[in-house]
Amino acid sequence: MSELHKSGSPCGPLFAELCHRYVLMALKNLRAVIAGSFLGGIVLLGIVIGSLGGIHFDAELTFYAIGSILAASAIGYRFALWAERPPTRRYLSRGYQFLREGRQRPKKTIKRSLSIGTEKFVGQGFIRRRSIFRWIMHLCLSGGCTLAFAVTFPLVFGWVHFQPFLGDATRYEVRVLGVAVDSFSVHSSKAWLMFNLLNIAGVIVVVGVVMALYRRLTDPGERATQSFSEDFVPLLLIMAVATTGLALTVSYKWFGGDAHGILAIIHLICVLGLLFYIPFGKLFHMFQRICSFCVGWYKQEGAAGIQAHCARCSQPFASRMHIDDLKVVLDQLGFDYRYGTDAEAGHYQEICPACRRRLIALNQGQAIGR
Amino acid sequence: MSRLEFFIDQSRCIGCQACVQACGECDTHRGTSMIHLEYVHRPTGVQTAPMVCMHCEDPTCAKVCPADAIKKDDNGVVLSAAKPRCVGCSNCVLGCPFGVPKMQVSIDLMMKCDMCYDRTSVGKKPMCATVCPSEALYFGERETLERKRREKPVNEFKFGQQTVRTKVNMMTSSEKDSIPIDVAELMAHETVQGETLWEAREGAPDAASFAVWDD
Repeated sequence: MSELHKSGSPCGPLFAELCHRYVLMALKNLRAVIAGSFLGGIVLLGIVIGSLGGIHFDAELTFYAIGSILAASAIGYRFALWAERPPTRRYLSRGYQFLREGRQRPKKTIKRSLSIGTEKFVGQGFIRRRSIFRWIMHLCLSGGCTLAFAVTFPLVFGWVHFQPFLGDATRYEVRVLGVAVDSFSVHSSKAWLMFNLLNIAGVIVVVGVVMALYRRLTDPGERATQSFSEDFVPLLLIMAVATTGLALTVSYKWFGGDAHGILAIIHLICVLGLLFYIPFGKLFHMFQRICSFCVGWYKQEGAAGIQAHCARCSQPFASRMHIDDLKVVLDQLGFDYRYGTDAEAGHYQEICPACRRRLIALNQGQAIGR
Repeated sequence: MSRLEFFIDQSRCIGCQACVQACGECDTHRGTSMIHLEYVHRPTGVQTAPMVCMHCEDPTCAKVCPADAIKKDDNGVVLSAAKPRCVGCSNCVLGCPFGVPKMQVSIDLMMKCDMCYDRTSVGKKPMCATVCPSEALYFGERETLERKRREKPVNEFKFGQQTVRTKVNMMTSSEKDSIPIDVAELMAHETVQGETLWEAREGAPDAASFAVWDD
């Protein structure tokens, strides 16, 4: 480092320091770097193959494509770091194990996967039971963003493109991966829907953001615990993307394309900001939610299996699988809740939470002499 | 907030349930009481014990969380699970040595005492400590407490091999520096009329007195 520090401009040492840190971090998290590169590579490959070697790639969207590749790499990196944590790894590998074992009973496996998936990701019933307002808000945000991503990514990657019929410019053909799948007249309602899908998504998202901001500004509990970087930045980023996107439509529809160029650049910057925020902020929960799928399955398997009985009150309090898994995870994390001598070793995990509270009261009373 | 600390003396609890009611008034979990008020052994004694989150320095609940949902703030307060992240797996419920987190199964969300974050973050006392008539739950300055009590506040607990240090203090004998949690001594060791009894301690209100079983 000292050699590096001596070189060049005043920026030199700082730059060298940053490079040094980056290299150290990359070496430490080599697997995450590999995972990130892999996911970025997949997206790049998807673009090259999906656009048939770039034939259908829209050069106007180059920066969006580059942003998507980089964001995918960052998501892969963050996901690998997260998935390597002992409790996460345990649930993800259990989820994989259940799916693998479920191959013998494919009907049951598919049915259960669909029911968990519908509850956790589509219907989001757990949010509905928290509050209807938050449920509508979250459906607007998650649904609107999903719709917007579903429209834009295939267009950016060159997987989908529209092409007028030869000799009939009023009819458009929809081509997916170069294959014609549908056609419609530009005057049809289908065309209106197709061309406005992104605007519709934008409006839905704006409704969600406004509801979320209202909640964040008025709910006393949220106001006490929320932070600007964790809770407001994602909302403001989503809002910026939606409003600048809608502004593009407003510009070309009603203002003859006034300021369209600068708006397009602002929109691009907002979208890139959002894409790069996803892996490192609150919005990463959309990927962490994969764990809830494993947990849903884990709970069903656990309830059907052997139960763990409290070593003190003999009542069942969790699944045996869960307690045994947790013991392994605690060991991996460096906790040791074993007690007693080697001959009669016990584990605190075998005591139910209610008995743990009672034990603390008994011990405190004993220590204090009451 | 900096000079005010939480002190618990479970043995002072009179079981009035005021803390249970007050806890539900906290803005961060309105309507849901987070405090535990445990009957130590209902059939044989009247001792009750409150349990709030002890806010561990190295929280087991946060470490065993698969979704990074439990965070500690700069003042050492371990917050309730982040709503977008919690996947409702119950790892924290089963991992916590104090038995604090509560799983709200229907909403896939762990909720726990956050030391009334809405109040303590602006210098107020937590709800439970403001209403506790016997000061089993006490929130205030250490010097004031030390003047009033002969017991000593400690924040170190020994669960077998594991030492846990907490932000919240618990009162113990003045000769002790930590509270060892003895399990083996307090296990169910005898059964009377189908009910398990725990080690009797003479004179203690929780003692499993055989007298109550004799007709």
